[in-house]
Amino acid sequence: MRRAATGRPAEIRWGLSVAPSRVPDVAHNGDALVHADGLTKRFGDFAAVNGIDLRVERGEAFGFLGPNGAGKSSTMRMIACVSPRTGGELSVLGMDPNRDGPQIRARIGVCPQLDNLDNELTVRQNLHIYGRYFGLSRAQVRAKAVELLDFAQLAERADDEVEPLSGGMKRRLTIARSLINDPELLLLDEPTTGLDPQARHLLWDRLFRLKQEGVTLIITTHYMDEAEQLCDRLVVMDGGKIVAEGSPAGLIAQYSTREVLELRFAPGTQADAVPDVADLADRVEVLPDRLLLYADDGEAALKAAHNRGVHPLSSLVRRSSLEDVFLRLTGRTLVD
Amino acid sequence: MRTSTGTAIGPARSALMVIEAFWTWYKRNWRSSAVSSILSPLLFLIALGLGFGSQVRAGDATLGLPYVQYLAPALVCAAAMQTAAFESTFPVLSSFKWQRNYIAVTATPIGPKALVGGVLAWIAVRLAVSGAVFMAVAALLGALTGPAALLALPVSILTGMAMAAPIVAYSSTIETEGQQFNAIFRFIVMPMMMFSGTFFPVEQLPGWAQPVVWATPLWHGTELARGLSFGGVDPLAALGHTAYLLALFAAGAYLCTRTFTRRLAV
Repeated sequence: MRRAATGRPAEIRWGLSVAPSRVPDVAHNGDALVHADGLTKRFGDFAAVNGIDLRVERGEAFGFLGPNGAGKSSTMRMIACVSPRTGGELSVLGMDPNRDGPQIRARIGVCPQLDNLDNELTVRQNLHIYGRYFGLSRAQVRAKAVELLDFAQLAERADDEVEPLSGGMKRRLTIARSLINDPELLLLDEPTTGLDPQARHLLWDRLFRLKQEGVTLIITTHYMDEAEQLCDRLVVMDGGKIVAEGSPAGLIAQYSTREVLELRFAPGTQADAVPDVADLADRVEVLPDRLLLYADDGEAALKAAHNRGVHPLSSLVRRSSLEDVFLRLTGRTLVD
Repeated sequence: MRTSTGTAIGPARSALMVIEAFWTWYKRNWRSSAVSSILSPLLFLIALGLGFGSQVRAGDATLGLPYVQYLAPALVCAAAMQTAAFESTFPVLSSFKWQRNYIAVTATPIGPKALVGGVLAWIAVRLAVSGAVFMAVAALLGALTGPAALLALPVSILTGMAMAAPIVAYSSTIETEGQQFNAIFRFIVMPMMMFSGTFFPVEQLPGWAQPVVWATPLWHGTELARGLSFGGVDPLAALGHTAYLLALFAAGAYLCTRTFTRRLAV
């Protein structure tokens, strides 16, 4: 049997070790780590990023949400100083990426969307060689690697080749590698895409720890639960622009209601009930088999609907989530 | 306040660190490439130099030398050319596309240009390693005319690099699975190996083919390696060969900095 099956660390903590803070714990003090003004990236005629403004403060966990092609990754690449901007202003760690790219890259960590580890080297060697690119001595990288292997729960696999590791292990190694230079700013592009729930929770736990240690995090994600868990503040991007900005709770308050009532009907009959319930909610959304009623009191709306003779197959009252905000802002149409 | 331990290192140190990473890999994986880059040129030297060469009478065509000694300085260049071509194709494509480790490197203080320096320098190290092994075995087999024949080693590295730099530039533009490389091996590397004066003098070829041969880096390398090994080389000719190889390398390296930057900093 492959060791991968038994190599899972024994004491995975399922809960999160630190409660997510929903409020930025750093005041706007002019010490913005990232500051963009009218930031633009064009590829030919296509504007991937179309004049965005943002500020990320030191110590913050900042998120980019948006459908595919919204411009999140292009923005991340400009902040990571690997993609020259086409227009606007950008400062990272108080420096200009156009002029000080290597100096900025020396002090940040990047966890790319696609793992780009050296598969034919061992886990430990991957950390060693990467650290050397940041000017660290052999003794420094050796010591740091031990610490990071522990942090990423990869100590048992330290001297195994990377290739046969599971996706979650490779992801953890990629994150560990991005920390080799003790970055002040960590950029994570879809850090948990493709991972199983155990691996995601472990990664979240690690990211919380980093935040506690004062690392500023910038995260792109498709997962609303991830954004709610991790981010103090986030922006929703669509079509290269920022369409909303705020804390997860603030965005829900601003763009959705406190609760959502879901009424499920036999497909095709759902629209018949719309006239009866339209005034029970701030907004009614018609899906192929359901009606979504955005209301502050879902139970009251349900009761009112029953009283009016509306009898869905099933009903559900739930709290509004960031996903509701996201879908409202960027639409339900599939983006490819 | 948290402060990072990272610093931006200069281009020379960057190249050195890239070499260090390749070396780490090579120490684990050298066996996989040893057959093609080290063993096969030695088999050529034994089969053609000693075996077939035993049937070749020393004469004008062999510059008065036993065939194996005539062959050795040229063969180390041909082997370098071949190894260089291989190291410049699939490994480069993989580093952009499959393993994507160039993308990992350029997320660090090391930029695309410094990376090019490291990638090319590493190929030179590879050529030096396999060339040195070849020379050592050639010396044991009595295939070297004397200490001067060791000069073929640096010439072979230069020859290989004149081949590697332009091919690396080309490989860095490839977006496909690398089918194009087979054409390079079949229609450039193999004919160059056969007809650039490695095994027999170019004068034996038809007149129209000779200018084509003069354009190849391998012919220049071969002429230079033999001239230095056996002595009596015309200094001006030696300078010309060196300049031609350096020019090919420089042009290729310049193109690499452009293509790497275009692909990695978009």
